[in-house]
Amino acid sequence: MTTPMVLAEGVRKSFGKLEVLKGIDLAVQPGEVCCLLGPSGSGKSTFLRCINHLEQINRGRLYVDGELVGYRQQGGRLYEQREHETAAKRAHIGMVFQRFNLFPHMTALGNVIEAPVRVLKQSKAEAVASGHTLLERVGLADKLNAYPAQLSGGQQQRVAIARALAMKPKLMLFDEPTSALDPELVGEVLDVMRGLAKDGMTMVVVTHEMGFARDVGDTVVFMDDGVVVEQGDPKQVIDNPQHPRTKAFLGKVL
Amino acid sequence: MTDGAAGTGVDPIVAIPVRHWGRWVGAVGVLALVALLVRAFVQADIHYGVTGDYLFSHVVLVGVWHTLEISVAAQLLGVGLGVVAAVMRQSKNPVMGGVGWFYVWFFRGTPLLLQLILWYNLAAIFPTLSIPGLWHADTNTTITPFLAALLGLGINEGAYMAEIVRAGIGSVDSGQTEASQALGMTQGLTLRRIVLPQAMRVIIPPTGNEFINMLKSSSLATAAQFTEVLRTVQTLAGQNLELIPMLFVAAIWYLVLTSVFSVGQYYLERRFARGAQRELPATPFQRVLRGIRPGRT
Repeated sequence: MTTPMVLAEGVRKSFGKLEVLKGIDLAVQPGEVCCLLGPSGSGKSTFLRCINHLEQINRGRLYVDGELVGYRQQGGRLYEQREHETAAKRAHIGMVFQRFNLFPHMTALGNVIEAPVRVLKQSKAEAVASGHTLLERVGLADKLNAYPAQLSGGQQQRVAIARALAMKPKLMLFDEPTSALDPELVGEVLDVMRGLAKDGMTMVVVTHEMGFARDVGDTVVFMDDGVVVEQGDPKQVIDNPQHPRTKAFLGKVL
Repeated sequence: MTDGAAGTGVDPIVAIPVRHWGRWVGAVGVLALVALLVRAFVQADIHYGVTGDYLFSHVVLVGVWHTLEISVAAQLLGVGLGVVAAVMRQSKNPVMGGVGWFYVWFFRGTPLLLQLILWYNLAAIFPTLSIPGLWHADTNTTITPFLAALLGLGINEGAYMAEIVRAGIGSVDSGQTEASQALGMTQGLTLRRIVLPQAMRVIIPPTGNEFINMLKSSSLATAAQFTEVLRTVQTLAGQNLELIPMLFVAAIWYLVLTSVFSVGQYYLERRFARGAQRELPATPFQRVLRGIRPGRT
């Protein structure tokens, strides 16, 4: 049996008195594309952010590639992880945000090579060479020296994907990557993500794109009010939902 | 069809522009006041020749140099302290945060002149300075007028800079920090490579302002017996009894310095505006060039 890339056991998370995650159990296998669906406020983005420790969980256990997230277990005790340990683990997990979050003071290429040079200590020449390849892969070979403000939303999001890929991640997290885009720009980003899935990347995708979830997802997980309501094969869950809450949600969005 | 006055929209519009009579009246009135003011100064009992005689004299130029020297040094010290204090105030460590807060509270809350006098008279409180076991010295010989002025102006400036830097850091979207952390960058690296460069756009304009202020408030360093340009011309006036023309000498030099640095600030702001706008506007120099050589942009 292989180690799951992501394993959540009874994960709970509260913001003050508001409990956002109420016990999530979930496993994502290597090479799997897992799409998280659900109404806004259901906790799917929070769960995604817990995976790379941008949010700290309050209860349960969360593992990435067999390693505990945010803590170190030693002699039956949990130790809070030091900052550089957290950073080192995050370096292998790519994340793509809804609002792109490109560094506006750097060019497209500058965005892509920043972390490989500063974190992975790659030589500049090496980082630039692989940066060229990555930007070519997302169809932006002619925009290397453009600043984010000079790019469309779809182009910015593709640079953001290239930036995450430059760290050679073993897992990619997508937080509603197309929600801030004009409808005609959604396709170009989804195409890049399709390509990634085809190349065998392990992906956890929070999305409202039902078509993408059905065609590209290996599993879909439907969340509502901080719990997993239903999960399984995308076609089955999306076309033939069993739980009334899934039915109600899909009835509204499809 | 087209009779000029009421065309169909194909012909260029020919219309009589609105006449702004009020502007004409206002301009004439203000010009009259300016003329009166000029006349008053021309007829006043001021020996302008003295201003000219001393403007480039060696002793005045040395004073100007000292003003520039102390202003640059104190501003640099202020920027450094400001960044440190701003970062301290953001720290999760309550001691760090408290000390940062106290620094700003004290040095922003007491007059600069008082602080300068205090630094100059440090020997009255601490006759000797020492780092136990390593170094010790007599306060009076260590704290020269220059050092007293530097500490007074720079530490005071740091308190103001701390607030400017804090506002700058606060202006950077939190998504930027998240993105760099998600890439595995540590807090220090994030601050240095991602947050501060973006905060610069917000920090630089008020810092330029602060520096221009510093050029002028450096004249208070006279309280620490530091000889900058204002003290120089006052000393000269004590000898030649031409106070007003000598004050003009200092005023002209202050204006020269502040004008030169305003231009420098313009180019610095342009440099840090990269990425904030799609295309940088032309500099005045580029606009002049374009006017001389049309067709080349």
